[in-house]
Amino acid sequence: MSSPYAKLPGWVEYGLIPLINLAVAFLVAGLVVLLVGENPLEAAYHLLNGAFGRGEYLGFTLYYATTFIFTGLAVAVAFHAGLFNIGGEGQAYVGGIGVALACLWLDQTMPWFVVFPLAILGSAFFGAAWAFLPGWLQAKRGSHIVITTIMFNFIASSLMVYLLTRVLKPLGSMAPQTRTFAEGGQLPKLDWLLAIFGLDIGTAPFNVSFLLALVAAFCVWLLIWRTKLGYEMRTMGHSPSAARYAGMSESRITVITMMISGALAGMMALNPIMGEQARMQLDFVQGAGFVGIAVALMGRSHPAGIIPAAVLFGMLYQGGAEISFEMPSISRDMIVIIQGLVILFAGALENMFRPAITRLFAMQGRRAAVVAQTKGA
Amino acid sequence: MDFFHVIVVLLESTIRVSVPLIFAALAGLFTERAGVFDIGLEGKMLGAAFAAGAVAAVTQSVWMGLLAAILISIALSLVHGYASITQRGNQIVSGVAINFIVAGSTVILGEAWFRQGGRTPALGEGARFQVVNLPFADSIREIPILGPIYSDLLSGHFLLTYIAFAMVPVSWWILYRTRFGLRLRAVGENPGAVDTAGISVIWLRYRAVICCGILCGFAGAYLSLAMTAGFVKGMTAGKGYIALAALIFAKWRPKNIMLACLLFGFLDALAIRLQGNPLPLIGQVPVQLMQALPYILTVILLAGFIGKAIPPKAGGVPYVKER
Repeated sequence: MSSPYAKLPGWVEYGLIPLINLAVAFLVAGLVVLLVGENPLEAAYHLLNGAFGRGEYLGFTLYYATTFIFTGLAVAVAFHAGLFNIGGEGQAYVGGIGVALACLWLDQTMPWFVVFPLAILGSAFFGAAWAFLPGWLQAKRGSHIVITTIMFNFIASSLMVYLLTRVLKPLGSMAPQTRTFAEGGQLPKLDWLLAIFGLDIGTAPFNVSFLLALVAAFCVWLLIWRTKLGYEMRTMGHSPSAARYAGMSESRITVITMMISGALAGMMALNPIMGEQARMQLDFVQGAGFVGIAVALMGRSHPAGIIPAAVLFGMLYQGGAEISFEMPSISRDMIVIIQGLVILFAGALENMFRPAITRLFAMQGRRAAVVAQTKGA
Repeated sequence: MDFFHVIVVLLESTIRVSVPLIFAALAGLFTERAGVFDIGLEGKMLGAAFAAGAVAAVTQSVWMGLLAAILISIALSLVHGYASITQRGNQIVSGVAINFIVAGSTVILGEAWFRQGGRTPALGEGARFQVVNLPFADSIREIPILGPIYSDLLSGHFLLTYIAFAMVPVSWWILYRTRFGLRLRAVGENPGAVDTAGISVIWLRYRAVICCGILCGFAGAYLSLAMTAGFVKGMTAGKGYIALAALIFAKWRPKNIMLACLLFGFLDALAIRLQGNPLPLIGQVPVQLMQALPYILTVILLAGFIGKAIPPKAGGVPYVKER
């Protein structure tokens, strides 16, 4: 993305501006809380306490964060190649098939560490497959990736309702879900990790897939900044014509990027299916694919930014539940508003405060130059 | 219950479910033809439906409800316009943001103001639209074929329904027969040329976005003041995206938009009708397939297998006046 703005120091670009945008988003959210007739500071207290106050709360926060790391990385990888993958929701949903199949097949005979790698492969495969068609259609037929991935979200939703009500549901059961997995289909909790810090995980479903998410984040960094493919992706994202002149195949990069993005989104399914429910349910994604957009925008599409952004949204999800418990007039839909505001201010309006900040720094730079001159004279 | 009667009933419900799609797709037509992509149709419609339901419930006036719907929808459009025209932000990101903000705030505000689980209070007679019976609808009902078509299919709809269908030629006239329309289409194809002619690209795009807001306001008001008596949480249920699909399916042309919306509305009506009833020759069709069909058709169209959908050239690109 070429920007008509002057270059700013790194800490301003990646630290100050996102923080200001985030602060404005939260200020506006505070106004909504006021409008509802509650105290925003009290809400903020319940939010923080509900997210970090106890080991169990922290466990839930990190459980949600795991999900958002995956979907955030998925959106970010596509962003780097100049593609907007809005279909993380559908890819994660379909990715669930891979997890469920691996678990239904082996859960009774194999331990979790045998099922887990297969489930990872399965989820990545199904997620990538669901992203392949939009990528291929963009590359070969020129259909707009945003529209196609939106359509694929709805198609995925219909497909999964069909599968869960007709195919994957055990005989004689009414609920649209698979059977509950045996031991082999359940991921161990990371209680020992919290225990190091003297915290008790309680009933929180914080599990091994968190470690997988961290590994995935590292691999994405490696891919984007340390491989030839990543270089090609970034080139295409910056300037498709430059990529074309350099002899890079646009269609190849588009399809591969979308498949990697879809695979990452699909792996999100491991966390709720194997980590918490031990079965695949209707709507298990619960909007995480869209949260990924906010996470990627806030984290500036860099893994080092995505992980804290994902934790922030995990905090909102967990703490938001606590707020709605303490302050009944603020339901969990408050998170949806905050999510929208973050997307608005950190994404669409990211340049709103930039001219003012640039001017501020230009002024300071000039003053420093004047001081240096007078000293020299 | 003969075959003919079934068809009339089916077409009648097709019209009923197509109306919000037509309004919203025409709304999208105005902005997208001016070069501003808008995936926030869903959010604007939902916000308008909430405003209409809330204001109509408080004032007991359907017209105040409609006015509130239009105003809220314009306000949301202006947010989108500010982000994507003035701030030159990413238009898709902005649309996504608006959808989320509205989805959350309608529930929070509705619950805080009315305490009915995100609903607005059920509306009485004066606070919602009543069906309009065309003249002689009752007297000619007995005439075979033509009678039911006139009395049951064409008569007995809401005022907004007739407005929706009237908006199709009106939009065509505005876009293709007025100076404003010509410039609006030009700004979506080649804003540089429009700018060179001394016409403000920014102001033109803002006006297009406001037109979009007005039409989305009608769409939302139809949902909560005509189709049902009051706002229900998340009541647009993806209609904004279907409208978007219809807009693309119609290749950004007013008459095609009406046909595409009627087709998607028909699929919807058929899906409800077929639930549990097997189809002759084909047998049982899963409801989910019928529901997914509009999206599948749009994907196939976009891929260029049924004609080619060519979007406005400058769509999605913010205009930067010389560097």
